[in-house]
Amino acid sequence: MTANITWAAFSQQILVGLSKTTILFIVSSGLSLVLGVLRIPNVFHGSLYMIGAFIAYSAAMVLGGSPLGFWVALVVAPLGVALISLIVERGLFCRLYEREHLMLLLFTFAFMLVFGDLVKLVWGSDYRSLSAPPILQGYFSIFGLPFPRYNAFLLLIGPLVAFGLWFLTNKTKIGKISRAAAVDREMVGAVGINVSWVFAAVFIIGCFLAGLGGALVAPTQNITQGMDHAIIIEAFLIVIIGGLGNIWGALLGALIFGLTDSIGILVWPQFAIVFPYIAVVVVLMFRPQGLLKSVW
Amino acid sequence: MLQVENIHTFYGLSHILFDVSLTVSEREIVCLLGRNGAGKSTTLRSVMGMTAPRRGNIAYKGSNITGIKPYRAVRLGIGYVPDDRRVFADLSVDENLEISERVPKGGVRHWDRKRVYDFFPALQYIMSRKAGLLSGGEQQMLTIARALMTNPEFLLLDEPTEGLAPMVVRMLETQISGLRDTGLTVLLAEQNQKVALGLSDRGYIIDNGAIRYHGPIDELKANEEIRKKYLLV
Ligand SMILES: Nc1ncnc2c1ncn2[C@@H]1O[C@H](COP(=O)(O)OP(=O)(O)OP(=O)(O)O)[C@@H](O)[C@H]1O
Ligand SMILES: [Mg+2]
Repeated sequence: MTANITWAAFSQQILVGLSKTTILFIVSSGLSLVLGVLRIPNVFHGSLYMIGAFIAYSAAMVLGGSPLGFWVALVVAPLGVALISLIVERGLFCRLYEREHLMLLLFTFAFMLVFGDLVKLVWGSDYRSLSAPPILQGYFSIFGLPFPRYNAFLLLIGPLVAFGLWFLTNKTKIGKISRAAAVDREMVGAVGINVSWVFAAVFIIGCFLAGLGGALVAPTQNITQGMDHAIIIEAFLIVIIGGLGNIWGALLGALIFGLTDSIGILVWPQFAIVFPYIAVVVVLMFRPQGLLKSVW
Repeated sequence: MLQVENIHTFYGLSHILFDVSLTVSEREIVCLLGRNGAGKSTTLRSVMGMTAPRRGNIAYKGSNITGIKPYRAVRLGIGYVPDDRRVFADLSVDENLEISERVPKGGVRHWDRKRVYDFFPALQYIMSRKAGLLSGGEQQMLTIARALMTNPEFLLLDEPTEGLAPMVVRMLETQISGLRDTGLTVLLAEQNQKVALGLSDRGYIIDNGAIRYHGPIDELKANEEIRKKYLLV
């Protein structure tokens, strides 16, 4: 193997890692948003991601595998998940904001179990799969190596979502209110804002991101039971190393997670899976409070 | 304008306010004087609905607002300036004002950002600075400015001069009396007698959660005995 090929493989693997980062970022930024503003450690965030993937599958099936199916699924899945979260928030969680974090944690944990069973009831326990639309199938060549088009698509989506979140939190009124509410919700009420609706909106946006992540990941892997557990652990670790409630921290955490994962695959494939966790441990050893400022 | 009648307020199990009653009429500045821990903030928080009284009644412009949600109190025209300068630290000065902007039901838009900056010129120069980085005096101005942005007719002011340098205190005094001239009614909680006696029309003294005295400000000024008894001299 010449040094040149290794370099190319390395670069390609970085690109693959970055596209994985996109999904991790989308999912964990939603988790972080909800954690930062509502102070809810939402354990069923991963379930919503899984539901997003299943809804995406079903939406595409309804359209009978037409090339349009994926694009419709990409819109319908996050919206469907947002609707579910609206019902859960207005029906239950809006009454629980004053409870202790432990209670909220347990409630969301219970919902994770419920959602897991619901998915089993609705979609059964078989594997499902969703194919990317023709335009995103196949490869093109980068550094003389094939690079999947779908990963390139993910690399476009990531910055778009990051920009959207930046815009939302810094340029819109609801974003500004939610930054204020993250620190002092009582005072937000005392300037005349009905915090309850702001919380609902933030919760729905956060869950929408889980659904979007699920829809985006669907063409890259089997859609199965258990997707929820895998992602929620990663998402929480990312939020923790990034700094609780900090969306840029989620981006940084997702980068660390995604890149160490893909570098691991390159240098030591059998043990690739432990690399991100080692990175987490290293980060926490030096910055137990997370890399960026936590809002807690 | 505001009638507080025989309220009892608790924090959990601790009984803090005992049968507190007070009234504030339109266009008055009324002060609530008392030592540390006397129950001044708790009284204001009771009016705002932040700590609802367990017994008693609070009426604002004739309607019952006991235990109201704070955001509703604001929408009825009650502005609140908290005691511990709770600016929205992560937001810029301008954003603090932006998210607070509203006109209460049936109220008039007297204050907007431009007007508030004219009133507190010092804030204009630092409008893009993070509120958490401001000095104590600047933060205090911002909490008052923020409350003004809600276009209140009635303002609850909790120790606006606490911990500020004498020069800043004097400036705030001028500004608070300027607010009276705009037609605002104020209930002012203070420990600083000089400020309170200088600004107010009437005064109440609260101690250990109960009202011990009330009367016109000149009477209170003359009554050194009662001030010695309940206030720091
Ligand atoms: N959140 C709380 N929980 C329990 N007790 C409280 C709480 N806040 C205040 N207290 C108690 O209630 C009493 C009245 O407090 P309050 O803040 O109303 O006093 P204050 O007159 O505003 O004093 P200061 O001049 O120090 O601001 C005090 O004894 C205080 O310890
Ligand atoms: Mg106080």
